[in-house]
Amino acid sequence: MSIAPATLPAPMSEIRQPSAFVEFCRQQPLGAISFALICVMMIAGIFCEWFSPYDPLAIDFASLLAAPSWDHWCGTDAFGRDICSRLIYGSRTALVIGFTSSFVGSSVGAILGIASAYFGGRIDNWIQRVVDILLAFPIIVLALVVVAAFGKLLVQGIDVNLILAIAIPIVPRVARVVRAAALSVRVMPYVDAARAAGYSHTRIIFRHMAPNVVAPYLIMLTAFIAQAILAEASLSFLGLGVQEPTAAWGLMLSGNAADFYRQAPWMILFPGVAISIAVFAFNLFGDSLRDYLDPRFKV
Amino acid sequence: MLRYTINRVLLAIPTLLGVAMLVFLMLRIVPGDIVEVKLRGDGGAVSQETIEMERRRLGLDKPLIMQFKDWMVGVATLDLGNSMWTERPVMEEISLRLELSLQVAIMATIFAVLIAVPLGTAAALFRDTWIDYLMRIATIGGISIPAFWFGMLIMLSLLAVFNWLPPITFTPIYVDPIANLTQLIWPALAVGYRYCAVTARMIRSSLLEVLNEDYIRTARAKGVYERLVVSRHALRNALLPAITVIGLEFTFLIGGLVVTEQVFNLNGIGMLFVQSVSRNDFTLIQGMVMLIAAFYVFVNLLVDLLYAAFDPRIRYD
Repeated sequence: MSIAPATLPAPMSEIRQPSAFVEFCRQQPLGAISFALICVMMIAGIFCEWFSPYDPLAIDFASLLAAPSWDHWCGTDAFGRDICSRLIYGSRTALVIGFTSSFVGSSVGAILGIASAYFGGRIDNWIQRVVDILLAFPIIVLALVVVAAFGKLLVQGIDVNLILAIAIPIVPRVARVVRAAALSVRVMPYVDAARAAGYSHTRIIFRHMAPNVVAPYLIMLTAFIAQAILAEASLSFLGLGVQEPTAAWGLMLSGNAADFYRQAPWMILFPGVAISIAVFAFNLFGDSLRDYLDPRFKV
Repeated sequence: MLRYTINRVLLAIPTLLGVAMLVFLMLRIVPGDIVEVKLRGDGGAVSQETIEMERRRLGLDKPLIMQFKDWMVGVATLDLGNSMWTERPVMEEISLRLELSLQVAIMATIFAVLIAVPLGTAAALFRDTWIDYLMRIATIGGISIPAFWFGMLIMLSLLAVFNWLPPITFTPIYVDPIANLTQLIWPALAVGYRYCAVTARMIRSSLLEVLNEDYIRTARAKGVYERLVVSRHALRNALLPAITVIGLEFTFLIGGLVVTEQVFNLNGIGMLFVQSVSRNDFTLIQGMVMLIAAFYVFVNLLVDLLYAAFDPRIRYD
């Protein structure tokens, strides 16, 4: 029972860390609220086995379409499955797919954007042409084309191609913004110095330029988590995303939910509220992060 | 002006060609096509020979480059081929449904612009008052709430309040305007909410920027009525960036429509797109993608031309 290390005075570097966070919360109260919302969702998603009152897949014919009550906070669906538990498990699906697809899309987009700005000339031209072509599509339309092309590929219950389908439309959007930021980094003396020192292109891109466009990258990453969650919900709603019986918010709104408008409006209300809050939190957090990190920057 | 327009149209050709190549290759990268969905979809045992025969009939056995050439020759002569599922011409399938989707999109635009302009202006003029806060809450809702769920909520409230569900069959506006409008106003509202929110935010921020300009102070100093300062000096300049957003979002309405048409059971372009994706109907997907891309190019051109009309400083020669 020794708690001695905790009583030691913290080194200077550890004191600075929380102060940046406190500063963010003080400057951006809305950002702090949205961050708290995101934390709640993440905790619910990570520990859903502990939080959900029922098994999200357990079918209970004794309580089909039960109205919200103390037993079932958000009611049950047409199979008697507890909606509250499915919402909690759904936050795991939404966050995993939302975060990975936004991360993959933003990272590839950022690297393309930096490379485009760094090399310039013909390579820049070609990359920008491809970006232009991809930008001609709304996110959901391009995602649907990818779904049609690649089909499904399940790895440990997660559809990798679904993540890819949502990540690909994000790439050109991030590439364009990061390229603009990288262009101003490109003319910095330290990039010329690195070139003069004979460093490889890869090293200059990753070690010298990438760290200086982290701010727009982070902002785009958060903003696109919101878009990715929305895209996942839409695809699942169309029956082309997450498949039954996995708990996913968009899926809960699709299929037979519409047949029960009259008997069970709670089947429609709660999943939609969950999607809206998640998208709202990430949008707001992205906005606050932008104002905090770089007030001049506009997405 | 005319030369500029022609130039832009010519410049669009490589972009559209790129779109065509990309979609064509993407759809054929992974094995598995419509023939298997069509013949083996029900789990029935179909011999390999039958599948090969069907493939040959649809031209899917030719080398990729030949398939692409055939398709491109068709596109150049405005013949997008036949749907692989219904066997009817793609152009016919699309034009049957285009009217409905286009009408919803235009109604949503009118609705969005009519509400966004006064809303954004009021929020900018009464900055940091309750009007501004209310508008910001309403617009952030528009960005966060999925259009399809908003549509479901509209259906739900229509059912609860009026005990009325939108009809299933589509009535064109020239047959019965009232029946047509009562049916399409709801999906237009559902997809228009986001549109309206984005536009209102843009107008607010660009108007705030313009109101700080010197010429606004000059106008006020020489005693112009405040109403005229706002409407003639400020708003006219603030609308320019808003036009870009309105144009860009118009093409993105299609994305909202793809999902929302499903909610209202409207047989439009969006529904057709989702159906063709789930059936792997290559020719139909290709045709619709080309249509959407062409539409995007056209709207972009229109925005640039509108810019010149609104801002005398911009001349395209």
